[in-house]
Amino acid sequence: MILQVDNLTKTYASGGRELTVLHAVSFGLQAGDTFAIVGPSGSGKTTLLGLCAGLDRASAGSVHLNGIQLDNLNEDQRAAVRNQHVGFIFQNFQLLPTLTALENVQVPLELRGEKGAAKTAQALLERVGLGQRGHHYPAQLSGGEQQRVSLARAFANRPAILFADEPTGNLDPDTSATVVSLLFELNREAGTTLVLVTHDLELAAKTQRVLKLRGGKVVEDYRSAVVEKY
Amino acid sequence: MAWRDSRRSRSRLLLFMSSIVLGIAALVGINSFGHNLARSISEQSRELLGADLVLHSTQPFDSTIAPDIARLGQRRTTDVAFASLVLFPRTQGVRLAQVRNLSGDFPYYGAWEIAPASARAAFRAGRGALVDDVLLAQFKVKVGDSVKVGEVTLPVLGRVLKTPGQSGMGSAVAPTVFLPGQYLARTGLVQRGSRISYRTYVQFAEGTDVAAVVKGLQKRLDKASIESDTVASRQQRTGRAFSDLTEFLSLVAFVALLLGCVGVASAVNLYVREKLAAVAVLRCLGASGRQAVLIYLLQTSGLGLLGAIIGAALGAGVQFLLPQVLGSFLPVEISVGLAWPAIGLGLVVGLLMAVLFALLPLLSIRRVSPLRVLRAAYDEDTAGADPIRWAVYAAIGLFIVGFTWFQTHKWLVVGVFSGSLLVSFGLLTGLGLLLMKLLRRYFPVSWSYVWRQGLANLFRPNNQTLTLITSVGLGTFLLATLYLVQALLLGRMELKTGDQQPNLVLFDIQREQLAGVENVLKQRQLPIIQRLPVVTMRLLAINQRTVAAIKRDTTDDIPPWALTSEYRVTYRDSLSTSETLLSGRPPYLGKDGLPHISVDAGYAKNVHLKLGDTLTFNVQGSPMQAVIGGTREVDWTKMQSNFLVVFPKGVLEQAPQFEVVITRVPSTAQLAEVQRTLVAQFPNVSAIDIGLILNTLNDIITKVSFVIRFMAAFSIITGLLVLASSVIISRYQRIQESVLLRTLGASRRQILLITLVEYALLGALAAGAGIGLAAGAGWALAAFVFEVSFAVALPSLLGLAAVVTAITALLGLLNSREVLRRPPLEVLRGEG
Repeated sequence: MILQVDNLTKTYASGGRELTVLHAVSFGLQAGDTFAIVGPSGSGKTTLLGLCAGLDRASAGSVHLNGIQLDNLNEDQRAAVRNQHVGFIFQNFQLLPTLTALENVQVPLELRGEKGAAKTAQALLERVGLGQRGHHYPAQLSGGEQQRVSLARAFANRPAILFADEPTGNLDPDTSATVVSLLFELNREAGTTLVLVTHDLELAAKTQRVLKLRGGKVVEDYRSAVVEKY
Repeated sequence: MAWRDSRRSRSRLLLFMSSIVLGIAALVGINSFGHNLARSISEQSRELLGADLVLHSTQPFDSTIAPDIARLGQRRTTDVAFASLVLFPRTQGVRLAQVRNLSGDFPYYGAWEIAPASARAAFRAGRGALVDDVLLAQFKVKVGDSVKVGEVTLPVLGRVLKTPGQSGMGSAVAPTVFLPGQYLARTGLVQRGSRISYRTYVQFAEGTDVAAVVKGLQKRLDKASIESDTVASRQQRTGRAFSDLTEFLSLVAFVALLLGCVGVASAVNLYVREKLAAVAVLRCLGASGRQAVLIYLLQTSGLGLLGAIIGAALGAGVQFLLPQVLGSFLPVEISVGLAWPAIGLGLVVGLLMAVLFALLPLLSIRRVSPLRVLRAAYDEDTAGADPIRWAVYAAIGLFIVGFTWFQTHKWLVVGVFSGSLLVSFGLLTGLGLLLMKLLRRYFPVSWSYVWRQGLANLFRPNNQTLTLITSVGLGTFLLATLYLVQALLLGRMELKTGDQQPNLVLFDIQREQLAGVENVLKQRQLPIIQRLPVVTMRLLAINQRTVAAIKRDTTDDIPPWALTSEYRVTYRDSLSTSETLLSGRPPYLGKDGLPHISVDAGYAKNVHLKLGDTLTFNVQGSPMQAVIGGTREVDWTKMQSNFLVVFPKGVLEQAPQFEVVITRVPSTAQLAEVQRTLVAQFPNVSAIDIGLILNTLNDIITKVSFVIRFMAAFSIITGLLVLASSVIISRYQRIQESVLLRTLGASRRQILLITLVEYALLGALAAGAGIGLAAGAGWALAAFVFEVSFAVALPSLLGLAAVVTAITALLGLLNSREVLRRPPLEVLRGEG
């Protein structure tokens, strides 16, 4: 199992009352799986993704990522896990505005102290078709280009698992198609497990398995009818 | 709209404005104190003088005018004062003191605080002496013990706590022994050649026009070399002396305010950057550039006003502290009250400065393109020169010049103050720009990631480099300059007081006593380091123009002291070791029989004298003409008798004179013993214990530097506040970056190290620049103001730079800690 989630619950204290946004969610993923979490706004999708990726702590339940139990780790240990095993893609790209495209892709490698980070990053940028744009700042790139940089960054540290939060949410249909195709291609090439949060059912259908949330509860967990050519 | 828009960021805006609070507080505090002091001086001006009129001369009043003076007003007190060693027989304490022989009921106004109160009546009945409390405390003398002045020994009737017109500091420097007038002759201290001051205090009937009375007598007073001091003239003089002090302190306070304004500008700059999206939306909805600026200008003005009000309230509180700090310098009892003009000025200055400085970054809002709504871009809006921005710069410059002029009315101060500010700001900004350029150009690509990220933060978009270097650099500059000035002043005192330097000056030695005094020293194997005659005289004319004529000529800028004070002159044919010939020759007797005198170069410059000019002196009643035969440079820091004017031998030998002998006494015990022997054998001889003088001066300097440090503290705390708020505001910039780095797996250590590299480097550079500027200022002050050689106290300055760097880095780190505590998800979502 690359990701094992058991009875995961998240509760927030709000205005003196407790608000449970995730109720005892459980599922498991094998290495190389592609997986989508779908549901309406406020159903707990992003919360679940954040917990799975070790960005937040659960109120109850447990998460095992690549055999490591995240719940007992402190923030620094979880950061190390993320750096070693996890890649991220966000709806709003989340590139560092003060770094160039190339520098953004280098960051995960630099943080690990890897040698030849610039070379690897340049290769990845070329892979996503932005070899010539490495010295541009994010603000000088279009939305689609920014998301491609973010894809290159996500794969830079050769993650075992990639978390993508609404990766096409801010893109037009054509650009979306390019980014999605690139995402699945890179995923297949690297043999990475993909966890996708989206409310785009068409996109979800491209994964092998779909988990449907409503009100923080799993209402459906099914294999996709058609596993497309990706 | 302005109000609604500020809703989510009011607390942050308030933080920006807090940086001006202390500057305004300092300004209002100092100016309120100045107002209160001026009011107190005016209310208590009669108490300052103790009478309606004081007439003063260094010789007994001339017989042509004395009878008229004796008929002036309703009541009169005569006061004959001189310096003398006094001895307290029980404890064997000896010290040079001011002896005042009073006949009459002085003071007529103001409280002469004496304990016990009954001692005043006993004193007037002539039953004994009154002694300044400091003197009694120094020698552990109690009321009822006796005091010996010259040949007279009298019981101490009471302790004098306060005398009208004399500040606490005044009595510490020259403590006074008051004797009833009838004992004057019996002291045996009034002899030919003694330096004595004669005063008459006059009380007039209520409503008398004292100025008119003085005017009627003026010609005869001038002729008899009698100076007059009325309530009005004393009030003016005291007021002027203290307005200089408050002017200086208000400029220090103004620097604190300016520093705060730099903080405002940088804070508003960052605020504007965050608001660009909102501005673009407003522009899309049809708001004009002017409207958009107005919205944010209203926000910043509102908070500027709030900051100014808080500052003014705080300042009104601060002024209650100032009399405590400055108390012993003040000749009047200061009554503290709300000084509305000072508060008003603080509010106006604070608000205007905040608005002007906020306007600089706000102006860029006019150019925000509505296109930003569709696509964010960094530099499209702000390119190109903006004339209005230059107008704001000009307005700030004018305001600074205007304010300095308003406070001081001296163009020289305006020039030096504005010039130094301009140079400091210019140099610091230039340094920041240079740093960014150098880093970009020679970026160390081979260094580790943490170092590169930290260094890159110094020149990447949204960097804090210029703000922090300016604010931290300016703060350090001020602090280090104050430190250097203090060290200069103290160093000047210590300069020439080594082990082999003279430490006892004996003067007022009559010729016939000289052999005896030298014998006292020889018996104790004390060296006679210097022996010279001193003749006192007054200036009558310069190049045949009488002093009275020069005084009347308002176009002449010869300092009044040069015209009116008593000259102490020696005679010899050579220069001493502390003198260097600058022009002409050492003193010599001319072939025409006229003495060719040598004058101090500084004196010659002040009085506009050149070689060949003539000075006419009144030597104890006889006029004597002298020619300027040479100028000398005098090292006044050497502990020996130095003179403005030196006569040649062969002219003054027969004039009334006294001798000065300078020696060195190895121990304090022997010093006391020598003084006791002198009092016993030669009561009229005075002795100056240089060690005691230096201690007293040291005391004064410590107090003065405390006052200056107290004011500088406002600048320093403001600097720290600006620094803290700059760092806190930069958090809003850096938080996203740090959280992303955390998300991508950066460890706490990596984040902290990146921050440490960035802020420690900024702090070190700013502090280094600050102490560099201070060293320059210190050198300029040493060379042009104090005229001493300058040596940088490098270890202390480097220590200061280290502390500033550490504080800057620590603030940066504390800031990042907050980022590290929050889970990444919360921030990623909240950012949206």
